[in-house]
Order: sequence, then structure tokens, then C-alpha cells
Amino acid sequence: MSRPVLILFAHPAYEKSRVHVAVAAAVRDLPGVTFHDLYEEYPDLDIDVRREQALLTAHEVVVFQHPFYWYSVPPILKQWMDLVLEHGWAYGASGRALEGKTLQVAMTAGGREQAYGPEGFNRFSFREFLVPVEATARLCRMHFAEPWVVPGTHVMDAAGIAAAAESYAALIRRLGEG
Amino acid sequence: MQDFLLSATVYLAAAVIAVPIAKRLGLGSVLGYLIAGVVIGPSVLGVVGAEGQDVMHAAEFGVVMMLFVIGLELEPALLWRLRGALLGLGGAQVVITMLAVAGILAAFGFAWQEGLATGAILALSSTAIVLQSLQEKGWMRSDAGEKSFAVLLFQDLAVIPILALLPLLATQAVVAGGDGHGAGAWAEHLPGWQRALVTFGAVAAIVGVGRLVVPPAFRSIAKARLRETFTAAALLLVIGIAVLMQLVGLSPALGTFLGGVVLATSEFRHELESDVEPFKGLLLGVFFIAVGASIDFGLIGERLLLVSGAVVGLVALKFAVLWGIGRVAGMARDQHLLFALALAQGGEFGFVLVSFATQNGVLGEAVSGVLVAAIALSMAATPLLLLFWERVIAPRAQAASRPVRAMDRPESEHPVLIVGFGDFGSSVGRLLTAAGVECTVLDLDADRVDVLRRLGLRVYFGDASREDLLRSAGIERARLVILCVGDAAANLELARRISHAFPHVRVLARAAGRLSAYELYEAGVAHVYRESVDAAVRLGADALQALGWRAHASWRLAQAFRKRDEANTQRLASIFRDQEAHLSEARAAIRDLERTLRDDRLSPAVQDEAAWDAESLRREFKGMTDGKPPVPQ
Repeated sequence: MSRPVLILFAHPAYEKSRVHVAVAAAVRDLPGVTFHDLYEEYPDLDIDVRREQALLTAHEVVVFQHPFYWYSVPPILKQWMDLVLEHGWAYGASGRALEGKTLQVAMTAGGREQAYGPEGFNRFSFREFLVPVEATARLCRMHFAEPWVVPGTHVMDAAGIAAAAESYAALIRRLGEG
Repeated sequence: MQDFLLSATVYLAAAVIAVPIAKRLGLGSVLGYLIAGVVIGPSVLGVVGAEGQDVMHAAEFGVVMMLFVIGLELEPALLWRLRGALLGLGGAQVVITMLAVAGILAAFGFAWQEGLATGAILALSSTAIVLQSLQEKGWMRSDAGEKSFAVLLFQDLAVIPILALLPLLATQAVVAGGDGHGAGAWAEHLPGWQRALVTFGAVAAIVGVGRLVVPPAFRSIAKARLRETFTAAALLLVIGIAVLMQLVGLSPALGTFLGGVVLATSEFRHELESDVEPFKGLLLGVFFIAVGASIDFGLIGERLLLVSGAVVGLVALKFAVLWGIGRVAGMARDQHLLFALALAQGGEFGFVLVSFATQNGVLGEAVSGVLVAAIALSMAATPLLLLFWERVIAPRAQAASRPVRAMDRPESEHPVLIVGFGDFGSSVGRLLTAAGVECTVLDLDADRVDVLRRLGLRVYFGDASREDLLRSAGIERARLVILCVGDAAANLELARRISHAFPHVRVLARAAGRLSAYELYEAGVAHVYRESVDAAVRLGADALQALGWRAHASWRLAQAFRKRDEANTQRLASIFRDQEAHLSEARAAIRDLERTLRDDRLSPAVQDEAAWDAESLRREFKGMTDGKPPVPQ
């Protein structure tokens, strides 16, 4: 791939997940992809900031792959954003380390698509809930790609999971090709 | 005496030369022994001759010991799980084979009595060869392994009714003498009800003594710390059971198996196993050599067609019967092929039964000669059949059905071995057990083992510095060995031995202090845990909190300290023997650690968390006059 892809994977109970296990398996060995399992690397949330920054520098596309918890990212990903995206490095007058890179959200949600909208149970759309991430990308001068969301995982069957995995692999390939 | 030593020399030399060669060629030890037997037997070198049969009888004691060891490995729960396979598969195999052989022989014009007797004899497979081969290849725990074992166990049970049945099938005059299986059984002459009573009494005695007398007796021997007394006691136990069984006319192998099962839950399980193991191995080896030596190539040469037809027919028929049974039982394809190939041979009990049947006038000398040759050759063919399965069938079957695994989960067949179960080891063990990880625990303090077992923990008495004991505790299948012995020198010695002899296991070791940690790192242990560090670091964090630090900040500082201190210790391990270099490096490390942790003036926590400290951001905002955000639009 011409643009190396860094997948920041955050799932505190990966072993219990049905969808992420399949979706991750579809991309983790793709050429040009670095699959970085944050809970596996930092079980105590003690993130190695320098190492993470070096990883970001070495990749062109950054993917947040995670389940949608309480309308937001899992805690380790928030911790990662807090600590790694330092002022003066990722943003601020002299912080240009991430400039021009792409940020892609790839997340799963238990509720169905219809539940996320002005008329739906949750009132707001996925895109609206992801405003903090989008703003983060903008502050870091990154390109915020259209989020890839798999809704309805609570009721998803094996065929649906397989389709999601396939579509995710296609997305990652496309991102890598630029 | 000299004769005995001479034969012993020949047998041992044959084993020492043939087995390593056979194993290197990938043939397995059983085939090595058999070939060695053929070579030293009357047909080739003729170094051993007529006494082959006697040696075989003596070496059958190896089978007895093997069943004891197998019994030790089998907990009653597993045996209970196998009951369906034992009765269903075992019963079907014996009955169908018996009837099929009788039918075929009837078609050749034999009397039905002869056919039935031959069928009963050929229905039995070789416990010795099959179990030894399966164990050597590590297939005992597979579906085919467990089912084969159940069938063999049923066959061993079936020997008793067959022995009772055979005299009823006599068509010829009885040969005087009458050796056979029940020889020396005084219970034979008792009336039926008394015999039954004696039999039940003997079984009850094994269970009772095994449960009530053996553990305390072994405990007191263990306390005396006399290793050879322990070995002697183990042998006494096995031989005693065998003699008792012979007296009441039961199979000694079954008796010792039962004894083994009774002791399988005792804390001396692994120690007993490794004490009996070498005797078992040697005797079995001699037994296999004797089987090889007793193959009568003269007879085979004379009646080549008949004997080869009998061997091929025997193996093909048993294979077909077992294959059918395996299918009906719903075994996976490759497994039921293995099951059928493994058991498609005559067995050592067959030799006994042939001579018994001949003496009782059931079979003629002509038939019995061919039968013995066919059984021996089919036994010799078994390791080759298993080799065929391993090389040809298994790779294809596995390629066809490779399971897709999403992730690595801890598997119960790769257990953890914990050595030393004091405060430290038991904390580790309780955590792992709570997580559902099965642990085997070895400890050398007989009193402590006793107490822990009463608490319901699975702890075994044993000296882990013995390689054979580690083996019988399953170190070869283990993924982790956790060394928690309190005596630092003993712990280090264990770490050295284990990482040398079993390089596949990951060793996690407790270290008493910094020096122990250095030595363990130096011995190649990658995972070293100083026993006091975590507690000390927690105490330090609590102290900071008591001094007014915020809880999270003190906890994170403590974690950062621990990680850096561990990295420093590992680094310094390479130079700790050079006192000067070590001291100066250590001084530098301490300074470095203090500086790193104290560097950040505003946050008391960790330097790396600069992002949570808005100082630089405040500076940048202050520097701006027009109030614009720091990022250009």
C-alpha cells in the first residue's frame, strides 16, 4: 500500500465481542496495516506517549476501531487522545506532526441505524455524536474521513458479521491506496 | 546367576542399540524393541533362544506396571466419563470380532468350538503396544486415544470370562499340566459363592487400603526423606496388588489399574508415577524384545501362505470391525481411522489364551502355532500402521479441516505447573484458579501438602528437582512453569535445570531480592518477580497519599517507578558480577529514576503525562493578543 495504515483498536472485552473479532481478523494481516491493540499493549492504561507518537509519524492513515460506548469512545482511546495528542506536537502553533494525515472512525453500535436520528430513540445521528473526534481531527489538521459505522450488532447474524468484515477490509484497502 | 547376567546384558544391549536408532528413524521405541528382539532371537543371531517365553512371562509385569501408571493418570471422573465407550465400543468390538472370526473359520470347515475360541483370542488387542505407542506420540488425550483406551480396558476385563469359557469349548483330550492364567490361584478351588466373596473382598481391600492406609504411610515415609524407601514402598504397593489379584484369580493388570485409579487423587500421584515409571519402561521394553524374539520365522517360512494370510486377515478383519464401530459411534473421520488402525492386532493376552486353550484341548498344536505367529506379527505391524496414519492420513485430514481461530485463548490441555505453594505460590495459584486456569502444584512440604489438600486444593507432594517427576507432572505439555520456592538457591537451581531441559516452557520465577533477580535473569529466565517489590510500591503509594497526594497521582507515580525499576534491574543483571561497574551503573540508575519521576514540577505524577498539564497551552494563549485560537483556520 502506498499509505501505511495504523489501526488503533480499543475494545476492553475483545474476547467477548462477536463483531470486532471478525472485523479485526479481516484487516489485521493486510500488507501495510499496523494493527495496534491498545488494551493489549497498555492493560493498566499507562500509555507510552513517545512510542505512540513514533507510530503516528510512521503512518499516513489513522483508524480508530472501537465499539460505541455511552455515545463515545472506550476510555483507553480517550486516554490515548488526552496524552498522545500533545500540545506543541499534534496541535498548537508549532504542532504539525499530524498535518495532512487521515483520521478514520470505524465503530460498531448495538442499536440499529433508525435509533440514531432526529426521530430515533437516541435523538442524534452518529455523525453528531462523533463531533468531539471530528473536532480533534480538525485541531490536529487531519482529514476527517466519513465514519464507517456498523449499527445493529445486538441483532446481527453470522451473515451480517461476514458482510461487515468484508466491507471493512475493502475500506482499509481503499484508505491504504489513498 | 551368570546366565541371568548374560541374558540381561544381551537384552539391555539390544535395547540400548536398537531403540535410539528406531526413534531417530521416526519409527518409535516399540518398533525398535521388536526389531531388536527379532535380531537377537533364534531366527537371526540366536543369542537368546528357548527362554524367550519365560522372559515374556516375567516381562508381562511391565504391562501390570503400565496399567498402574495409567490408573494414576486417570481420575475416577474421567473413568466414569468413559463408561459408555468402555461398555458400548468395547463390548461391541469383542462380540462382533469373536463372531466374525468364528463364521470365517466355520466357512473353512473348522468346528464351531474352535472358531469361537479363536475369535475370543483374536478379539483382544495389545494393551502394551497400543498404549505405549499412543503415549509416545502424545495421542492418549485425543478422541481416538481415549476410546482405544476404553476398548483395551474392556478387553482386559473380558479375559476373565473368556478364561472361564474356553474349557467348555474343548473338543480334544486335555493335555496334562494346565498352566495358564489362573495358575496359583487358591480361590479357584473354593465354591462359587465363596469365590465371589473373595473377589469382592480383594477389590474392596485395594480401594480401602488405597484410600485409608497408603496416604498416611507414604506421608510418614516422605517425612523421613528417604527417596529409596519411597521407591521401595511404591514397588511394594504394585507388586502386592498384583500378587493379591493372582491369588484370587483376577487379572493383576486390572488390579494394579484399580490401585492406580484409587491413588490418582492422592498427593503422591506424581511421585509414585515417576518412581514406577523407569521399572515399567524397562520391563515393557524387555517384553517387546521377547515378543520380537519369539516370532518363529522357521514356522513362518514353512507355512508362508497360511501365516501371511492369517496376519493380513486378522488385521483387515479387526480394522473393518473397529472402523464400523467408530463410524456408528460418530467419531471424526481421521480419529476413527486412527482408532481402527491402533487396535487392529492380536494381544499379549492372546499368547496366554492360546496356550491355555491348547492345554484344555480346545485348539490343536497346528492351529496354535499359526495363531501365535499371526498375533506376534500383527503386533509388530501396529507401529507401522500408526506411522502410516501419522505420515499419510493425519496431515491430509488436518489440512482439510483446519479450524479458524479468532484469537488465542488459554487451553486447558496446556496447563500451568506451579512449584512451591507457600504464601507466594498459593496467591499466584488462587488467582489462576479463579480465572479458570488449571494448575498442577508441586510442593516438598508433606505437612503443608496435607493441609492444602484438606482445603480442597490440588497439590502434590514431590521434589521438583527430579526431572522425571517434572515430566510426570506434565511439564512437557505445560505452557508455563511458575517457580515460587522460598529457598532462593533452590529456586535458582530449578530455573537453570528447567530452562535447560525444557526450553519450550516459559518460566516465571519469584526472586527473593535484587541479587536473586540478577541471578535468575542471568540463568535465562525472562520473567522475574521480586517478591517484595509490588507490596513495597503499594506501601509507598499509600504513604504518599497519607502525606496529602491525590490517590490517582500517587498510584501512577508508583506504577511508573515499578516499571522503570524493573527495567533497570533487568539491565543491571548483565554486569552485577563486576562489582565496580555494577555500583556505578546502579548509582546512575537510581539518580536517573529520581530525576525522571521528579522532573515534572507541576504534576506530581508522571513526566509522560505532560498533556494533562496545560502549562505550554497557557503560555501559547498568553502570547496571543488578538484572542485567536492557536490553530490557524
